Amino acid sequence: MIVSDKIWPALDYSRVPFRLYHDPEVYEREQRQIFAGPVWNYLGLEAEIPNPGDFRATCIGEMPIIFNRDPAGAVRAFVNRCAHRGALVRRELAGNAREHICIYHQWCYGLDGRLTAIPFRRGIRGQGGLDPSFDMAAHGLRWVRVDTIGGAIFGTLAPDAEPLADFLGPPILDQIERLFARPVQVLGYNRQRIRANWKLYAENTRDNYHASLLHEFLLTFGLDRSTQKGGVRMDRRHRHNITWAEADSDSPDFAREAYSNARIRNDYLSLQEPDLVAFRRERDDSLNLVVTSVFPSSVFVQISNSLAIRQIRPRGVDEFEVFQTMFGYADDPPEMTHHRLRQANLVGPAGLVSMEDGEAIEIAHRATKPDPDRASIIELGGAGVISDRDYRVTDVPLRGFWSYYAELLGIEPAGAVR
Amino acid sequence: MTVDRALIHDLLAEYGALLDAARYEEWLGLFAGECRYSIVPRDNHERGMPAGLIFCDSRAMLEDRIMALREANKYNIHSDRHLIGLPRLTGGDGIAIEAPFAVFQTDQEGASHLFATGIYRDRLTMAAGCLKIRDKLIILDTFAVPTLLATPL
Repeated sequence: MIVSDKIWPALDYSRVPFRLYHDPEVYEREQRQIFAGPVWNYLGLEAEIPNPGDFRATCIGEMPIIFNRDPAGAVRAFVNRCAHRGALVRRELAGNAREHICIYHQWCYGLDGRLTAIPFRRGIRGQGGLDPSFDMAAHGLRWVRVDTIGGAIFGTLAPDAEPLADFLGPPILDQIERLFARPVQVLGYNRQRIRANWKLYAENTRDNYHASLLHEFLLTFGLDRSTQKGGVRMDRRHRHNITWAEADSDSPDFAREAYSNARIRNDYLSLQEPDLVAFRRERDDSLNLVVTSVFPSSVFVQISNSLAIRQIRPRGVDEFEVFQTMFGYADDPPEMTHHRLRQANLVGPAGLVSMEDGEAIEIAHRATKPDPDRASIIELGGAGVISDRDYRVTDVPLRGFWSYYAELLGIEPAGAVR
Repeated sequence: MTVDRALIHDLLAEYGALLDAARYEEWLGLFAGECRYSIVPRDNHERGMPAGLIFCDSRAMLEDRIMALREANKYNIHSDRHLIGLPRLTGGDGIAIEAPFAVFQTDQEGASHLFATGIYRDRLTMAAGCLKIRDKLIILDTFAVPTLLATPL
């Protein structure tokens, strides 16, 4: 086995070997030890399944998952796979049903995941069928443990995972509660397939340094600058991260001077429709940018008044999908919904401040592949100890990601920082 | 309102040709003074959900999009090729048409792939003897967008 605790050039994860983005064996281990490991994955929203029988398809890593509301109103989730021959039980992405029936041999499951009916179980005229000893109760859909925060549904495949609130930790839990303090309304979805390893995206959402350099729109049109008051905040184990910034917390002149050595035009072009970047305060804080990354693959995003949840869905070692749910609040006046729909232009595959990620991540994947023993550099904001920062030119949370990644993959070197 | 079909054909042909030549400022000239342009994933459209990939509900927003594309955004180096199918007059208020489309992207090494297919639903208007686009709704079949969407469909 090439990948072991010897793979790390530095104990503070300031160097990441390119092999980790390209090795198929690493990818297989991630599916078992990370996605199916002791982590909580965002699955969907209660608002998507308001009525008994409502269901939606999602995934944990590559594992197909369905979640539904049962007749008693409880949210339940299962691996979307028939106990019989392993086919998808539910092929539609969403709908309403009284039961889940596999098309292959019509094995039938209740909304609680129990196996309820098997055609020709007793055969025909006493011939064929299953042996009477076959235990239906032991062959339901594989159960996924679920918990919710303000209507956001999380699931874990590990029965022994710590409770969701403990997994997230106080600052992360607070942010998610802040986002879901009011009942939500889904405005739609967008989907994007990027030909690169999923971890390049997990790093990207924790990388404060790239934002105003790669996404020039942020600076050119004065939406977001690294000179604003902001920083990064992690959980105790440094696996999750909140990247945050406050509106109106710097001056244009200070920013112009700070960016004078970056090859970015900073003469602040103006938009004909300034509403596109106008921040309307809707809470008792000034936060106009909050990107909350939950290990391994869930991201909760507030950019100005656009709100979204991103799920990173790996599709093999060389491709992943970003599945993004855009939302507002059920009690938004029509005018606020309109504002959110306009600001949805900022995010997603065509987003004015996000489209570049698809390109940056693909070119990183492409150029790292042929040279697996070389490594990338993660030293902005300093090497060594992993800790919160109250400034923005930092990529320290990437090292936090790799630290917990190494622990779960069983390749954490002795003496490594956490 | 009756309209010469040849004018509609010319408008669609010009639309694709200007985009494929990256002449975006001239492409803006095909739109009316008051206009809308949006790209909505077919899945959202069919579920009655409003969120789009691009949602410009004023000419100013559409012009801002093109300025951002020119001045700020970075994207995969490529060229586009629009294949626009025969338009069908759908009736209703004013001049309404729909036309299927496919956009192929070619990278700088000459590899082409289907980037997007879907349908245009356009509302057109006559202004000073010229046919212009008042409202263009692009319903995107290929809503699993490959890599990113920068240049207009």
